[in-house]
Amino acid sequence: MKLEMKDAPGQLVAALQPISDVGGNIIAVIHQRDEKAEDDKLEVQIVLEIQDDRLNELIGRIKGKGVNVVRIGKRRLLYTQTVIMIGHIMHTDLGDTVDRIDCTGFAEVTDMNMVMPAINEPSSALIVIRAVDRNEMEQTMEILRTVAKEKDLLIIEPLEEFV
Amino acid sequence: MKIAILGMGAVGRGLLEMADQKDLGLVVTGIADSKSALMDKDGIHIDEVLEAKRVHGFCGDKSLSAVDIVNHADYDVLVEVTPTNATTGEPALTFIRSALERGKHVVTSNKGPIARKYSLLQSLAEKHGVSIRFEATVCGAIPVMHTLTQGLAGNRVLAVFGVLNGTSNYILTRMEAEGLTYEQALLEAREMGYAEADPTYDVKGIDAAIKLVILSNTIWGLDTVLEDVEITGIDCLTTDALRLADDQNCTIRLIAQSIPSRGVLRVSPRILPKAHPLVVEGTLNAVTIETDMAGEITMIGKGAGSVETASAIIGDLMFIRDHYAGCH
Ligand SMILES: NC(=O)c1ccc[n+]([C@@H]2O[C@H](COP(=O)([O-])OP(=O)(O)OC[C@H]3O[C@@H](n4cnc5c(N)ncnc54)[C@H](OP(=O)(O)O)[C@@H]3O)[C@@H](O)[C@H]2O)c1
Repeated sequence: MKLEMKDAPGQLVAALQPISDVGGNIIAVIHQRDEKAEDDKLEVQIVLEIQDDRLNELIGRIKGKGVNVVRIGKRRLLYTQTVIMIGHIMHTDLGDTVDRIDCTGFAEVTDMNMVMPAINEPSSALIVIRAVDRNEMEQTMEILRTVAKEKDLLIIEPLEEFV
Repeated sequence: MKIAILGMGAVGRGLLEMADQKDLGLVVTGIADSKSALMDKDGIHIDEVLEAKRVHGFCGDKSLSAVDIVNHADYDVLVEVTPTNATTGEPALTFIRSALERGKHVVTSNKGPIARKYSLLQSLAEKHGVSIRFEATVCGAIPVMHTLTQGLAGNRVLAVFGVLNGTSNYILTRMEAEGLTYEQALLEAREMGYAEADPTYDVKGIDAAIKLVILSNTIWGLDTVLEDVEITGIDCLTTDALRLADDQNCTIRLIAQSIPSRGVLRVSPRILPKAHPLVVEGTLNAVTIETDMAGEITMIGKGAGSVETASAIIGDLMFIRDHYAGCH
């Protein structure tokens, strides 16, 4: 998220305090001396990990410190699932397959390992998908199943751990 | 207890051998194969019939058939171990119905009639004050039905899932361990006698789906049929896929899964961590039952085999002997 605060001593620490208060985890703090920003204002970008349902509370607390939340960037994807895909993955427009997941806004393909055997033989790929949470992952899998049906790909899903 | 046996294949012969060798109190009063039959209300000499079958290829009198045994032999329990017909369940279905209508108990290893007409057979049995038991239809020697109906009585079963087909599990195990292609592993399974000449039922997940239907219908009193199961087999799996899973310390197994609360009824290859209890080797079967009180229970054992299947049948016979008067 991008924060705007007074360029005065102690301000940054004050702005960061609420993050640990709500159980968040700061990954990076990036100072930006933006040209357009007024002279006495400081813009800071913070990368953090936080449970989805505590985000609003955090924003409230930060604002309570007199700090302006300028922008909340893309939410982090904390739920990971690995699937294996078999079929003519390249020839059925791999870019599109990945796009269909990425364009949801709540999930994306973050890693892929593809093995391509002889031409015309089906290839196999291990795909790592990250989504905001379990629910969104289930929606993502539903999309993937639809795509797989269209493109005659076989999707091997993990066995979920609990009912 | 007097029993009549239909079918003298691997299972029928295994049962006869055990009835002969062990002191189980079983008197065999009728036997049939596809070509002949014999009956004797005082008890058939088992060793002689096994020998006759081995030498001549048929067991008894060619003018008699299974129908005669079902309708006229003197028995307490009909043991139905003829081949499975997944589409109609016949002719076993008719044999079983006739026996129940005569007020005889039935024990079967035949998946066809149970997967097709469980509720009908169950109500027919109730109407005539007898029972129909089919432990051997699912997971071979593993007493999954006994566990569900007796051991876990009073529990609410939330889900059931497992490795229900030994042939496909063998193929996957070999692809994983030796890097064999699907075709090579299938060929090997055939040579080892683990796969039929036509392996369609096993590798396309149909056999596992039939067993899943039987489990679901008995656990939850549902009326699902084979066509309700979402099925994906293992015949399209690549060695590369298993290797990719292996890189993650995982493997692939054909898992049958039924979770009625989520509308899940499917058989499909799945990725599992290698240390997962359902990752069993070779032709083994494994089944996990998830319940409200007992939590998760997993059983592993032999899913097929002559004497192994006979074990499940004998368990059913002993249950009937102990729970019904007049069956001693
Ligand atoms: N084998 C296993 O490990 C296993 C495990 C669990 C369940 N099962 C199930 O148990 C059943 C028997 O399996 P199996 O391996 O023993 O089969 P199998 O070796 O093929 O034997 C079938 C037997 O049934 C007889 N038969 C066929 N049609 C008949 C008819 N109309 N009337 C009377 N007898 C008839 C055959 O007679 P002929 O001898 O004259 O051909 C044969 O003796 C099947 O339903 C199977 O799915 C098997």
